[in-house]
Amino acid sequence: MEKENNFEDSMKNLERIATELENGNLSLDESVKKFEEGMKLAKQCNDILEQAEKKITILLEKNGELEEQNFEAN
Amino acid sequence: MKYNAVTVTQLNKYLKDRFDEDENLTAILVKGEISNFKNHYTGHLYFTLKDENSLIKCIMFKSYAEKLAFKPKDGMKVMVFGSVSVFERDGVYQIYVKSMLEDGMGDLHEKFEELKAKLEKEGLFEQSHKKPIPLYSKVIGVLTSQTGAVIRDIINVSTRRNPNVYIRLLPVPVQGPGAAEQIAEKIKIMNEKKLADVLIVGRGGGSLEDLWPFNEEVVARAIYESEIPIISAVGHETDFTIADFVADLRAPTPSAAAELAVPDIYELKQKILKEQLRYRNALKKKVELMRLRYEKVMKSRAFTDPTRKIKDNYVLVDSCIKRLETKIKQIYKIKNDKFIELATRLDTLSPLKTLMRGYSLTEKDGQIIKSVEQLKSQDEVKIRLCDGEKNAKIL
Repeated sequence: MEKENNFEDSMKNLERIATELENGNLSLDESVKKFEEGMKLAKQCNDILEQAEKKITILLEKNGELEEQNFEAN
Repeated sequence: MKYNAVTVTQLNKYLKDRFDEDENLTAILVKGEISNFKNHYTGHLYFTLKDENSLIKCIMFKSYAEKLAFKPKDGMKVMVFGSVSVFERDGVYQIYVKSMLEDGMGDLHEKFEELKAKLEKEGLFEQSHKKPIPLYSKVIGVLTSQTGAVIRDIINVSTRRNPNVYIRLLPVPVQGPGAAEQIAEKIKIMNEKKLADVLIVGRGGGSLEDLWPFNEEVVARAIYESEIPIISAVGHETDFTIADFVADLRAPTPSAAAELAVPDIYELKQKILKEQLRYRNALKKKVELMRLRYEKVMKSRAFTDPTRKIKDNYVLVDSCIKRLETKIKQIYKIKNDKFIELATRLDTLSPLKTLMRGYSLTEKDGQIIKSVEQLKSQDEVKIRLCDGEKNAKIL
């Protein structure tokens, strides 16, 4: 599947940069930069979750092709 | 000509008697595959037992059927014990089954262990080959039957954890002949078309025979080769299949598989919030630290008494000058003392004192005359007395 906007990578980066920021060895400028980067990542993660839409589908074969249809479990 | 025909009833009665007399037929053990199975409302079981070439009708009366330890169904391989007799009304012979056992279980167990050992040796179960299950998958692929509890459970658990979950079901037969091949092929299709981020492959519990497709080599290899991480969810807690050993993660039930594949969205959001808080706190701490440093610097004397350094330097310059003066005075005194001493010594040696006593000096051409030999008649000389000098001429 699509690799851009990968939730897991963004989440890992979010945690990593937070640790860097907490270690406190950065200049104020760098700290602010890291902070902004982190806020951007957090937004990305949130967006991935928010933009998801409920879909339950079934893939059915039609003329050798797979066709995606809504699926209702009975 | 008189024909001595028997009636159909007589024939069937005769045949029935012949069957019933035959010791081989009154107590016989037969193995075969069940087909055409019917559980009659009376509780009697009707089915056909078959092998590749032949079939025979069977009936199991309610009183015997009640004692069965399993539920017979089409496709199941069984051994039946009973007698073969004729049903006179229909003119058919059939097995009157008194007891029935699942057959081939021994074989299947053996096959299972054999394949397990082989694949294990080949490294298909290696932990190092197992792929991690993504923390969050956009599309959850499910390979199972489109009817029944499994897909329903998966949908229920998944939507509870993430109301906006995306589930893509690719239906497959989960038992019977050909099921294994179908499952393997569908795993490949999901991979080729990249239709999911994670795959749940499974079915509900059942007999070893029911679960058999998940013990087949084609399925094991398809799972091993899948680039999409696969969670196996076959049967109940205790049923282990080859698919479970190869899968990247084994879930004890389909519901558990859904929990492993779909993160609790509320927890995830909390986690993001927690991270954001970490950032805020870290930056706040940083700014506070900077403020303290600033205050400390502003309190330093460079800012509170900026001329202090200059004053300090003035003092330094003054003390240098003072030291210089002392030194110069000292040198002057030493030199002066030396001068006085020399002057005194010079004074004692000076001819002037001698002149005072009435002596005089005679010079000729700037030279002091120490002997008469130096003088001739008519030489002009200079005579130096204590209070002056006079020119004179030698006679």
